[in-house]
Amino acid sequence: MNATSPTHHTVMRSQLGRARGLGSGHSGTDHWIVERVSAASLLPLSGWFVIQMFRLGGEDYEKVARWGGKPVNATLLAALVATSFYHAEVGLQVIVDDYVHGKAHAPAKLLVKIGTGLLGLLGIFSVLKLALGRTAAKG
Amino acid sequence: MQDVREALYVGSRSDGALIRRPMSPHLQVYKMRLSMFLSISNRITGVVATGGSALGVFWLAALAKGPKSFASARKVTGNPLGQLVLFGWIISLVWHTVGGLRHFIWDAGRRYDKKELNEDGRVALGVIAGVGVTLATSLLGISCCRARRRAKLLKKAS
Repeated sequence: MNATSPTHHTVMRSQLGRARGLGSGHSGTDHWIVERVSAASLLPLSGWFVIQMFRLGGEDYEKVARWGGKPVNATLLAALVATSFYHAEVGLQVIVDDYVHGKAHAPAKLLVKIGTGLLGLLGIFSVLKLALGRTAAKG
Repeated sequence: MQDVREALYVGSRSDGALIRRPMSPHLQVYKMRLSMFLSISNRITGVVATGGSALGVFWLAALAKGPKSFASARKVTGNPLGQLVLFGWIISLVWHTVGGLRHFIWDAGRRYDKKELNEDGRVALGVIAGVGVTLATSLLGISCCRARRRAKLLKKAS
């Protein structure tokens, strides 16, 4: 009765063959681990930043700029910025993977990388300028 | 084929004809649960916290640029709307941190039963509300007081 039905042969590859390669790319665990490691690193770094903000909130420019230029503060600030935006990149990537399908997927992921990367760089260059370039800017 | 996963939804009827297999029901058929709400909110607060951190980096850039740009940044942070944004940023960070800590507990293989999940979910909400509001109001309050005192001193000096 269904010998005339041609639909049976329109898919030549087996279901397994079509699904193969859509699963693990052997890099998922790594992504999961760096998400946790960056999260754990952010706990002490943000704790430090919150304490600093309690000390500095509402202070004048000179005091805050001097604070940011001190070597230990600049190091921790740069570490906080880098870790924050790295963690953001890793987290936002998962969200893009989950909700953005089809042609938009690759550009969306690229956009996340570029956005978080540029913001991180802006933060780090600001810290570098506070730590190294203040005397020149002052004169 | 738009989405490669469509490949997994092709099935064949007993007469051999190819059909599109039904997908499993999505979010809208489920009643909202606390665990579900906290899971989704962890993502949302993560995105909001990233947005806030982006503004934080602009604050840092203004500080690095000089006194004039720092003064304009202060106008934004001192503004009621700016204060509201800062409040939301702090709450989001606390929320996402509490969610992250719960993930660490689950990763250690603990508190993963249904009963425990529901118990901890309520505790998490309490901690978020308590710590979040306390931290945000005290930090913003102290900063406001200090800024006002500084402005008064400046006026006296001039």
